[in-house]
Amino acid sequence: MKINKLLVGLLGSVALTGGVAQAADLAIVSGDTGTGLAFLRSQLDRFEEETGHTVTVVPMPSSTTDQFGQYRLWLAAGNTDIDVYQTDVIWAPQLADQFLDLTEAAADVAGEHFPSIIESQTVDGKLVALPAFTDAPALYYRTDLLEKYNKEVPTTWAELEATAQEIMDGERAEGNNDMWGFVFQGNAYEGLTCDALEWVVSNGGGQIVEADGTISINNPQAAEAIDRAAGWIGTIAPEGVLGYMEEESRGVWQLGNAVFMRNWPYAYSLGNGDDSAVKDLFDVAPLPAGEGEGARSAATLGGWNVAVSKYSPDPDAAIELALFLSSSEVQKERAIMQSNLPTIEALYDDAEVAEAQPIIPAWKEIFQNAVPRPSAPTKTDYNEVSSLFWSAVHDTLSGNGSAAENLEILEADLTDLKGDGW
Amino acid sequence: MTTDTMTPAIPVTRGSARSELMKQRVLAARWFLVPMLIALGVVAGWPLLRSIWFSFTDASLNNLYGAEFIGIGNYLRWTTLESGRTIYRGLLVDSAWWNAVWNTVRFAAISVGLETVFGMIVALVLNAEFRGRGFVRAAILIPWAIPTIVSARMWGWMLNDQFGIINDMMLRLGLISQKIAWTASADTAMTAVIVVDVWKTTPFMALLVLAGLQMIPRDIYEAADIDGVSKWKQFWRITLPLVRPALMVAIIFRILDAMRIFDLIYVLTPNSSSTKTMSVLARENLFDFDNFAYGSAQSTLLFLIIAGMTVLYIWLGRVNFEGGER
Amino acid sequence: MTASLAWSYTKKVGFYLLVAVIIVVSVFPFYYAILTSFKSGTDLFRITYWPTSFSWANYTAVMTQGSFPRNLLNSVFVATVTVLLALFLAITASFALSRVRFRGRSLLLMTILAVSMFPQIAVLAGLFEVIRALGIYNTPWALIFSYTIFTLPFTVWVLTTFMRDLPIEIEEAAIVDGATPWVIITRVFMPLMWPALVTTGLLAFIGAWNEFLFALTFTSSNQTRTVPVAIALLSGGTQYEIPWGNIMAASVIVTVPLVVLVLIFQRKIVSGLTAGGVKG
Repeated sequence: MKINKLLVGLLGSVALTGGVAQAADLAIVSGDTGTGLAFLRSQLDRFEEETGHTVTVVPMPSSTTDQFGQYRLWLAAGNTDIDVYQTDVIWAPQLADQFLDLTEAAADVAGEHFPSIIESQTVDGKLVALPAFTDAPALYYRTDLLEKYNKEVPTTWAELEATAQEIMDGERAEGNNDMWGFVFQGNAYEGLTCDALEWVVSNGGGQIVEADGTISINNPQAAEAIDRAAGWIGTIAPEGVLGYMEEESRGVWQLGNAVFMRNWPYAYSLGNGDDSAVKDLFDVAPLPAGEGEGARSAATLGGWNVAVSKYSPDPDAAIELALFLSSSEVQKERAIMQSNLPTIEALYDDAEVAEAQPIIPAWKEIFQNAVPRPSAPTKTDYNEVSSLFWSAVHDTLSGNGSAAENLEILEADLTDLKGDGW
Repeated sequence: MTTDTMTPAIPVTRGSARSELMKQRVLAARWFLVPMLIALGVVAGWPLLRSIWFSFTDASLNNLYGAEFIGIGNYLRWTTLESGRTIYRGLLVDSAWWNAVWNTVRFAAISVGLETVFGMIVALVLNAEFRGRGFVRAAILIPWAIPTIVSARMWGWMLNDQFGIINDMMLRLGLISQKIAWTASADTAMTAVIVVDVWKTTPFMALLVLAGLQMIPRDIYEAADIDGVSKWKQFWRITLPLVRPALMVAIIFRILDAMRIFDLIYVLTPNSSSTKTMSVLARENLFDFDNFAYGSAQSTLLFLIIAGMTVLYIWLGRVNFEGGER
Repeated sequence: MTASLAWSYTKKVGFYLLVAVIIVVSVFPFYYAILTSFKSGTDLFRITYWPTSFSWANYTAVMTQGSFPRNLLNSVFVATVTVLLALFLAITASFALSRVRFRGRSLLLMTILAVSMFPQIAVLAGLFEVIRALGIYNTPWALIFSYTIFTLPFTVWVLTTFMRDLPIEIEEAAIVDGATPWVIITRVFMPLMWPALVTTGLLAFIGAWNEFLFALTFTSSNQTRTVPVAIALLSGGTQYEIPWGNIMAASVIVTVPLVVLVLIFQRKIVSGLTAGGVKG
C-alpha cells in the first residue's frame, strides 16, 4: 500500500518536474445529466485541443447514492480505468485515502475560491478535490398569490406558516382543492438531512455535529425546529411530502399547486419553461429564519468537485484536467450556459454572468448563508451519521415520537458511533 | 408421489451387463456435471468465500486488502464492565437487524403466498383452450419483462399522491374520499411494495406452473371425465399433485428472490426502519457506511437464514430429491 | 335443458371476464407507460386515461441520445449467449442429477441452490476481483460470466424437476436400442422438454435482459453497457430532473422485443407432451 503511494507520488513529481507533456488517454466519470454532460463534453473538447490529451466521459446514473457505492467499489479494487472522478461535496472525507493530494498542484488557484469550499474539500491538510460548482437551495414563492392576498415574502418560518395557511385556505375556498401551502423534500434520504439541517441551523440549534466533533443535536432549539416542521405535515404540506424528493416537490409546484417550495436552483429555469403553470409567476428568496438566539436564514451547501484517483496511470495529465475543470474560465462558461453557481467569488460580480443569468448575483446572498453538512468532522462515518439523523427527523415528521424524544435517542446513537473519536 | 416410479432405477435383471451399463451412466453423469460445476465454482465460489471471510475481519472499503482477522466480533462480542455486568454487541444482538429480518420474512411470506395463488389461477386459465390465448400469454408476461428499475419507478409515479393515476382512479370509483400518500407512510408503503411485487412476479410463477401443466398427459383427464369425476376434484386429485414438483421449485426460487428483495423497497418506500429489509441494510453497511465487514456479516447471516428457510421448506413440503429412493 | 345451457353460458362469461381482468391488470401499467411516452413537459404531471397527444420526440431522443441502439444490441447478445450457455450446461447436468442415481446428489442440488442465496450486492466485490483477474472487465463477457451466477442454478433446478418426471419407459426403450446418454438427451428428452426448456430459457433471458447492478459495475463505457444501465443513464436537462417521457419510451422499446419473443415461442410452451403422445 505504502509503496504504491510512494510510487505514485514519485511518478507524479518526476512527470511534473520533467514537464514534458505527453499525450494521455484519460477517463472522467460523471453523474451529471443531459445538458450538463453536453456542457462537460464541450469543455473537454477544448481541453483536448489545448493539451493534446484525449478524454472519455463515463456517464453514471444520476442517483448520488448509486454513484457513491460504485466509486467506492472501483476505488477499493484499485480500478485503473478511471482517472478523474466528479465528487459530491460530502464525499471528500470519506474517499480521501483514494485520491491524490492536490494542494501543491492548486497552490496558485486555491485562493480564488471561497475559502469555506476549499476547506470542505481539505481533509487532514490534504486537498482532496477541486470545486467545480456549488449549490444552495432557496425559498420559491408565488408572486401572484402573495400579491392577491397582499402578503410580504416571509422571512421567518412562523410567517411562512401563517401566509401559507391563509393562501391555501383561500384558494381551496375558491375551489382549487389541490392547493398546498409548502412543499419540500421529506423522504428519508440525504435530501431530508439537507432540509432538516436548515430548520435546525436557522433556529440556532447547531449543526448536528460541530466542527470540533462535539455532538450538539440534542438541544431544545433543534427539537423546536423539527417539531415545527412536523406540524406542517397534513396542514400546509401534503402527507405525501414524507415520500417526496426534489422532483416530486417540483411536480406539485410546477402544476401551480403550492404557494411555497424549498428547492435547488435547477427548478428555476424549469419553472419558467413554456409549459409550466407557474411561468413568470414566481421568484426566489433566502429561506426563512427561526426564532430565538442565533436564529438566521440558512441554506445547506451542495455542489460538485473533481478529484484525481491515486490509481490513475497518468496522474499528471489527470491533475491537469482537474485544474482545468475547476478553472475560472470553465466556471464562467458553466455559470452562463448552465446557471450553475461558481465557487470563485469574483464571478458573482462578473458583468457577463450577471447579464446571462441574473439570478446568480442574487444567489450570492443565499450562498453566503450556506452551512456545510457535518461531513468534515465525522469523516468516514458521515453517511451513517446522516442516515441516523434523517431517520430521527423522518420519525418525528411521521408522528412517531416527539422531536425531543427522537433527538435524545439520536444523541445516544451518535455517541455510540463516535466511540473514542470520529 | 409421481416421482416415485420415475427414477431410472433400472431393474438389475440381466446381471453384469446391467451393472456395466449403470457404471457407464454414472461415468457419463460425472462428465455432464463437471462443466456446470466448474462454471459455478469460478463464478460463485471465490466471491462467496470472500464475503464470508470478510465477515470475520475488520475490512473497510478504504482498505480492503489490509483486512485483519478478528474472529466472530462482527457477529457477537462482549465486554464486561467494572460493575460486573456484561454488555453484548454485534449483529446477533442488533435490534435493527432483527427488525429487518422480520420485515423481510413478513414480506416474503405474504407476497410469495399471493403469487402462488394468482400464478396458479393464471396458469389454469392459460392452460384452457380459447381464442387468442397466444396473445394473452404474451400479455401476462409484460410485467415480468419490464426492467425492475423501470417498473419500480413507474409504480412510484402511478402511486404518487398528487399526480398518481391510482389515487385518481380510486377517487373516481369512489373507493377513497381523499388522496392517499401510498409510499409516504410505512404501512401503506409495505402494502404498495407487496402489490407491485405480486404484479411483477406472478407471470414468473404462472409460466412455470403452466409448463408443469403442459407436461401432464391429457388422457388422464379424459379418463377422469369418463369416470364422472368433477372438475373441482380433478384439480385436487390430479392437477395439483402432478404439477407439484414444478410448483415447489417455482416457490423455492421466489422465496430466494423475495428474501433478498432490494430495488422495490429502495425505490418505493421511505427509507425507514419499518420497511427496511435485510438486503437494504446490508447494502447500506457495505457501500454507504464505512462498515464493509459488518455488511459482509449481514450478507452471510442472510445467506444462512435463507438456507435455513429453504431446508425447512423442502422438508415440510417434502420436495423430492431422490426420486425412487424415498 | 335451458338451465344447464344458461349455466354453461354463465361459466363462459365468467371465464372471459377472468381473462379480461388478467389482461387489464397486467397490461394497464404498460399501457400507461406508452401513454406517458408520448407526453412531454408539464403534461407529464397531468393525469389522462386516453392518448391526448402524439409526439415521437421521446422516442427519437432515446434512439439518438447516447448509444442506445448499441446498448440494445449488447443486451441481445449478452442475454442470448447467457441463456444458451446456461441451457447447455444445465440440460446435461440435470440429466445427471435427475436420472442417474449417485451419492450426494441431494447435497449437490442444495449446494447449487445455495449459490442463489447470497444477496447480489454482497458478491459484487469478490466478483469484481475475479473479472479483473480474468481480464474481461468492461467486455460483454464479464456480464455473460457474472449472469451465470443466477441463471445456472435456476435452469439446473427447473430442468432437473421436469426431467425427473419424464416416464422411465421411453428411456428404457432408447437404452435397449443402444443409445448413449448424449443421444438420449438430445434425441429423446429434448423434444419432450420443449415447454420446460422454452419457459426456463425465456425466464432466464428476461432475468439477464433486465439485470442492472452487475451491468453497471462491470462495464465502464457506453459501448459495452446494456439497456437497463442505459435507461438509468437517461437524464433530464438538469441534476434532479427525471425524464419520465424518455424513460417510458425506452422501456417500451426494450419491452416490445420480449413480447415478440414470447409470441414466437409461445407455441413451443404448449406443445410438448400433448404432441409427443407419451403415456404417463
